[in-house]
Amino acid sequence: MPLHFELVTPAKLVRSEDVHMVVVPGTEGEFGVLEGHAPFMSTIRDGAVQVYASANAAPEIIQVRGGFAEVNEKGLTVLAEHVEG
Amino acid sequence: MASLKELKGRIGSVKSTQKITKAKQMVAAAKLRRAQAAAEAGRPYATRLAAVMASLAGKVAGDSAPKLLAGTGADQRHLLVVVNTDKGLCGGLNSNLVKAAKLKARELQAAGKTVEFYLVGKKGRAPLKREFPSLIGKGFDTSIVKTPGFDEAEAIANELIGMFDAGKFDVAHLIYPTFKSALAQDPTINQLIPVPAPTVTEDTGAVVDYEPTEEEILEELLPRYVRTQLFGALLEREASEQGASMTAMDNATRNAGELIQKLTIIYNRQRQAAITTELIEIIAGAEAL
Repeated sequence: MPLHFELVTPAKLVRSEDVHMVVVPGTEGEFGVLEGHAPFMSTIRDGAVQVYASANAAPEIIQVRGGFAEVNEKGLTVLAEHVEG
Repeated sequence: MASLKELKGRIGSVKSTQKITKAKQMVAAAKLRRAQAAAEAGRPYATRLAAVMASLAGKVAGDSAPKLLAGTGADQRHLLVVVNTDKGLCGGLNSNLVKAAKLKARELQAAGKTVEFYLVGKKGRAPLKREFPSLIGKGFDTSIVKTPGFDEAEAIANELIGMFDAGKFDVAHLIYPTFKSALAQDPTINQLIPVPAPTVTEDTGAVVDYEPTEEEILEELLPRYVRTQLFGALLEREASEQGASMTAMDNATRNAGELIQKLTIIYNRQRQAAITTELIEIIAGAEAL
């Protein structure tokens, strides 16, 4: 089962796709989110969100600034104020 | 009666006005599409943020709530943040906004509150200043950038939150146009600060882990929420301005067309009259011989 991942900025919905794993730079340390993660909410620091499309693929790196991440039963939502690239 | 030459000049001038209004209409139509797309693209963020706010605010209530949510405890000094456009030629959009702002200000004053204005955009300044000369506070000039974006919203929000933290006001209202269609843009008044507590508290039942604590997240979230509100207002303003401008210019172009028609008829009649007079003179002259 893939993880549904959404990356949203005020300007637009940057990503909405099913991926294997996402590593998010939380304020208190990076955390990886896989399918079936327990409900969780964290603010994020400026840094890179790493998106693993499949288990073995090289991660895709998205630089984000300011925001927070929410994990619920529907998947992972990252709300970032700025996304670079 | 105007002379033929004068009439010709008038027709020419109305024609060139029509060209300008027509061009402005087409520009507005093109820009409207983009502004509308931008306004729609901004919605997912706002809805998701509101959902998260709702679930958090339900958990963090009472004394531990941050000041931005709980307010200063007073309800005396009100700040009206009025979002107007920077350019004119958009029909009654700005005067409607100003009217709504005045009404709200009067209502608050009648209730014995003090009112101050914070103006975004140029067009509201003059009419509000005429009405409330001493109440115009600071403002934010959005005319320096081509399309106000999130950076501007952030700057405005930071200034407002700074003023709030410094105890300059107790309650802030945001007055901005909501884009309904090219024909209708309604002035909307929302409470901005303190952030109104969401009415529907979502309870999923699941135990959510917070990192850091709920309070700290909420404290981070509230300024973001204010920023998003302002950003949304700027987007709506952009779409409204273009929509109103398109409609107003369409009307102006049509009016100019009608005026040209009328003037052309008068011009032709007069020309005809002049020819007839000349003919009568010639015939009368010939007859006298």
